[in-house]
Amino acid sequence: MSGIASAHLVVAPVVVPLAAAALMVALRERRRAERAVVSVLSSAACLAVAIALAVTVDRDGATGVYLPSNWPAPFGIALVADRLSTMMLVLTSALGLASSVYATARWQRAGVHFQPLFQVQLMGIHGAFLTADLFNLFVFFEVMLAASYGLLLHGSGPRRLRAGFHYLAINLIGSTLFLVGVAMLYGVTGTLNFADMAVKFGAIPAPDRGLLHAGAAILSLAFLVKAAMWPLGFWLVPAYSSASAPAAATFAVMTKVGIYALLRMGSLFFVDADGNVDRFLAGTLLAGGLATLAFGTLGLVASHKLARVASFAIVASSGTLLAAAGFGLPALTAGALFYLVLSTVAAATLFLLAEPVEQTAVPEPTGEEEGALPLLPFGLERRELTADVNLDDDERALVGRVFPATAVFVGLAFVGSALMVAGLPPLSGFLAKVAMLAAILAPAEGAAGVPAPAWAFVALVILSGLAAALSLVRSGIRHLWAPTGRPAPRLRLVEGAPIAILLAAGVAAVVAAAPAMRYAGDTAASLHDARGYVGAVMSARVVAREGS
Amino acid sequence: MEVVVSLAIGALGGSGVWLVLRPRSFQVLLGLSLLSYAVNLFIFSMGSLSIDAEPIVVAGRVGDLLHYTDPMPQALVLTAIVIGFAMTALCLVVLLAFRGFAGSDHVDGAPDSRDHDDGSRA
Repeated sequence: MSGIASAHLVVAPVVVPLAAAALMVALRERRRAERAVVSVLSSAACLAVAIALAVTVDRDGATGVYLPSNWPAPFGIALVADRLSTMMLVLTSALGLASSVYATARWQRAGVHFQPLFQVQLMGIHGAFLTADLFNLFVFFEVMLAASYGLLLHGSGPRRLRAGFHYLAINLIGSTLFLVGVAMLYGVTGTLNFADMAVKFGAIPAPDRGLLHAGAAILSLAFLVKAAMWPLGFWLVPAYSSASAPAAATFAVMTKVGIYALLRMGSLFFVDADGNVDRFLAGTLLAGGLATLAFGTLGLVASHKLARVASFAIVASSGTLLAAAGFGLPALTAGALFYLVLSTVAAATLFLLAEPVEQTAVPEPTGEEEGALPLLPFGLERRELTADVNLDDDERALVGRVFPATAVFVGLAFVGSALMVAGLPPLSGFLAKVAMLAAILAPAEGAAGVPAPAWAFVALVILSGLAAALSLVRSGIRHLWAPTGRPAPRLRLVEGAPIAILLAAGVAAVVAAAPAMRYAGDTAASLHDARGYVGAVMSARVVAREGS
Repeated sequence: MEVVVSLAIGALGGSGVWLVLRPRSFQVLLGLSLLSYAVNLFIFSMGSLSIDAEPIVVAGRVGDLLHYTDPMPQALVLTAIVIGFAMTALCLVVLLAFRGFAGSDHVDGAPDSRDHDDGSRA
């Protein structure tokens, strides 16, 4: 434990991107090559640090606590790297690396300061996963959101600006709720440190409990807005689907910050005497999660544009995770954590892939919203509209012609990411879903059978996979299979490589499913019993005079 | 004092919520600002309101919250003000750019010359 603390490794995922962003702002905007190198190096360093932290934490079974101001825990700020944090860090920094490499091909030229904003966003997300007190969680949330506003608007255009304005407004209201919740919890407990709050929560006298619960509910509302739970999540799809591809790929992690915060709060504060999640919160998460999952499923079927499909996949994944958290079973949580990582990677891959797949598509009619167009399945009506494309000639010409390598790559990558998003075998999304369903269908001791919400969960998870498969097969037929006489997609190596590596990670998770599930199981166990976390934070010692 | 502060928070918060729900983007912006003022006052009130009490320990006085005001909410409010201010400025820039593209100040970019209270989508 002291080994981690003295190495200053825990604070590196926050400091490195911040320093890189500052350096890039100091470099002139025209020096794009240097900026790109700094950004990619910083992302790579973050990934290395995150993996090192995850391995150390997992091997020692200990929680790394870092005290940036060298004050003991309830008074000073603390950063904590436990299994859950480091898992999220690895996920974020891996997607960050993929996106920052992808952005060097095209997107960083669409406007100024793409790469610095990107690094600031990484810093915000990393900080939110590491911080161990409520107010710094707010600050890192705001850092992350401020950068995401800039990234969402990157490239400009009326559609982005409209989605951006709505996104800004809803997130500012969310931040307001966050602050109200923080203030109320501080007013009752007199502390902001997670571990200290967890200790004090049990000792709050009955008259104050109402205020405490109200504060906790308002705070959770802010996280649920971020996690896009059903009635609060209508902002997500327009915002994410109009963002540039590499920005959208990291936005996929941002909804998971809300889920992470809820898991953390649920494990530390909102627990009854037996260590089960508070019944009111659990009920809300379960009902809201199921509604979100149903909404995401319907949205998947209704979407035609790939970016919208990916956005609804994120909504469905959020719903699955919220509902799984609502059940409060450690085995289910373990499966859900595995699913969290894989579904985020899958959605991010689809965002990155949407551009090369759709760039050669027949131009969209300039309608308002994609969903509002009277589209027939498989884009049949478009075939008729573009009557000048002679299908027969094309088909004959296709026979015996060599496919361009990029077309083959895009096609294969599309199939791979579709399998990941839909959770079909042989890729790893399937294993995660099986792990969740097996956990929920296993009869609990003393229980007569599987309760109704569990059946609803099972049905919706399977249906959402079916919906994703349908929707992606339809897009695949329209964009990649049906001959339309368009040129082969152009794809540079720096765009193809991140997609390939993310997909390879999905395949690797099949091979390494046993250790991954073991890690997820340990993480879920530590979430279910938060004494280790509280003990590590409260017993963290300050460093003697001359520092490390 | 408690009554005055809570009335002020209520008035600011209520006006803020009403303005945020209006169809014009500038009204939304003003509503967001009012909401952030309400929240800042609210954070202050959570550290127990007191008059003429210092936040920093003075020699020879017992160090408890009977003799001092809680310095923590003040630090929180300061941070919240800075963040809220920056976000409002950013929101204003987005609003102006959006207005330039859409040609109207409706929150959905709907064409102008409609009943201002009609929040229906285009």
